[in-house]
Amino acid sequence: MSFDVAAIRAEFPILSQTVDGKPLVYLDNGATTQKPQVVIDSLVDFYTQCNANVHRGAHQLSDEATRRYENARDQVARFINAANRNEVIWTSGTTEGINLVAKGLAQQLEAGDEVVVTEMEHHANLVTWQQACLQSGATLRVAPIFDNGELDLETFRAYLGPNTRMVAFPHVSNALGTVNPVKELTAMAKAYGALVLVDGAQGIAHGDVDVQALGCDFYAFSGHKVFGPTGIGVLWGKQAVLENWPVWLTGGEMIADVTYQNATWGALPNRLEAGTPNIAGAIGLGRALEWFSQLDVAAVQAHEKALIDSAMTQAADIQGMRLIGTAQNKIGILSFVMDSAHPADIGFILDRQGIAIRTGDNCAQPLMHRLGINGTARASFSLYNTLDEVSAFFAGLRKAQTMLG
Amino acid sequence: MQLPSSQEIIEDLEFFDDWEQKYQYIIDLGKALPRLDDAQKTPERLVKGCQSSVWLVISMDGDKIHFEVDSDAVIVHGLLALVMAAYNDKTPAEITAFDIDEYFEALDLERHITPTRGNGLRAIVGKIQHLAAQHGG
Ligand SMILES: Cc1ncc(COP(=O)(O)O)c(C=O)c1O
Repeated sequence: MSFDVAAIRAEFPILSQTVDGKPLVYLDNGATTQKPQVVIDSLVDFYTQCNANVHRGAHQLSDEATRRYENARDQVARFINAANRNEVIWTSGTTEGINLVAKGLAQQLEAGDEVVVTEMEHHANLVTWQQACLQSGATLRVAPIFDNGELDLETFRAYLGPNTRMVAFPHVSNALGTVNPVKELTAMAKAYGALVLVDGAQGIAHGDVDVQALGCDFYAFSGHKVFGPTGIGVLWGKQAVLENWPVWLTGGEMIADVTYQNATWGALPNRLEAGTPNIAGAIGLGRALEWFSQLDVAAVQAHEKALIDSAMTQAADIQGMRLIGTAQNKIGILSFVMDSAHPADIGFILDRQGIAIRTGDNCAQPLMHRLGINGTARASFSLYNTLDEVSAFFAGLRKAQTMLG
Repeated sequence: MQLPSSQEIIEDLEFFDDWEQKYQYIIDLGKALPRLDDAQKTPERLVKGCQSSVWLVISMDGDKIHFEVDSDAVIVHGLLALVMAAYNDKTPAEITAFDIDEYFEALDLERHITPTRGNGLRAIVGKIQHLAAQHGG
């Protein structure tokens, strides 16, 4: 199989839009990806053909809704190579997945226990653990990065020990683009019997996540960052771990037997999925992953590498541009600051040229402080971006430099 | 360059037909608007947006309210100049009577002043209006 970016673009209706008369150049994929027509259709089809609540109706619509919804769970399980479909827990997104784990663990942590995260965390994977530690008296240890945005593996290893209960880190950093060596980090944590959670928000859209091969206990991601709808995500966890995981949300769907004074929990996956789920979202996400898995992963990765390589090369020619995050193993993300212009100014002027990027602290304030900056401008690429768009971005950037200089 | 009045700004901006000229004008307005000393940029004067930050210093000058502002971004500083042209050294009653939404619309810049933009401009406008109301405007 090969990779035809023009054909792929044609599947994303939004990409043919213009902004102020200029073709949209969408380089904010780290924030959210666009949706192919098949995903949009799956949402419309659900609401037009079989909208009903799942697992409860004694009627045909509900049966059909349940079938599509549970089929989506199978699609996710296949995509991430889960050992078992019951390991796929629907959430509203990465944030909720991490919270489900952290709120549960907080009930068990005590003083003397340690949780290890890294300096490159998104707030979702930092504040959550920080608060779990504050509540329980456990200690949060923050493993340092080098100035280029790579994790300092030796220090990371040194931070682990017999008191380490949980190790949480991103697959790919949203601010720096660093790809972490997930298997290696997981093996280090497992040497001490710690649980491992991988924040997969940015990792999921770049190809071949195989949760069994990674060896972690939890992998959390958001549908909207992998061509699916917003408001739906997945927490994958090993069955043996999830089966006894303390429940965080209680209510309908997740119970077995209820009396006025007591309740027992149902089996996986329902015990961790209280309330009516985002049914349409789940179906849309299943469709998105099915769509994605039909592509040639190696070709997708080669294309994305060509995009970031081209961006890095062109960046070297821009005076006063400093890249934030230059790890050896880097994907999809070009964060930078300019000597002569604030990120917000750059964002304004690119926006007027139809070029969408992110500016600001990247939801990682402590990381920005660690790097001695307030924020960055960030262009982030997806498989449907083209080399021409990378060049258009740099042309736009030069114009911003001229205007702001 | 002396800071023009809000009416002059509307007329100036109407004159330009492409966005580059408009933005250059706003950048230049920002350059004409004095900045604060670092010592004046205290946390209580900071209006934090998620993309850029602005500072607002308030003093009374007779029955008029005097503002000094700053931003860490050039274009935001220029947008602040637009706000200052409307509000600075005016009485609370004049501030309250001024239709800021109509003004932004006339400037054809509403897109940048929406609350979602996160650049702190909306928050500054809200603060100024609130202050004027407190002073009987
Ligand atoms: C690395 C990382 N973690 C977590 C999140 C949170 O994802 P969501 O807001 O979809 O829950 C994001 C999204 O911005 C992210 O990039």
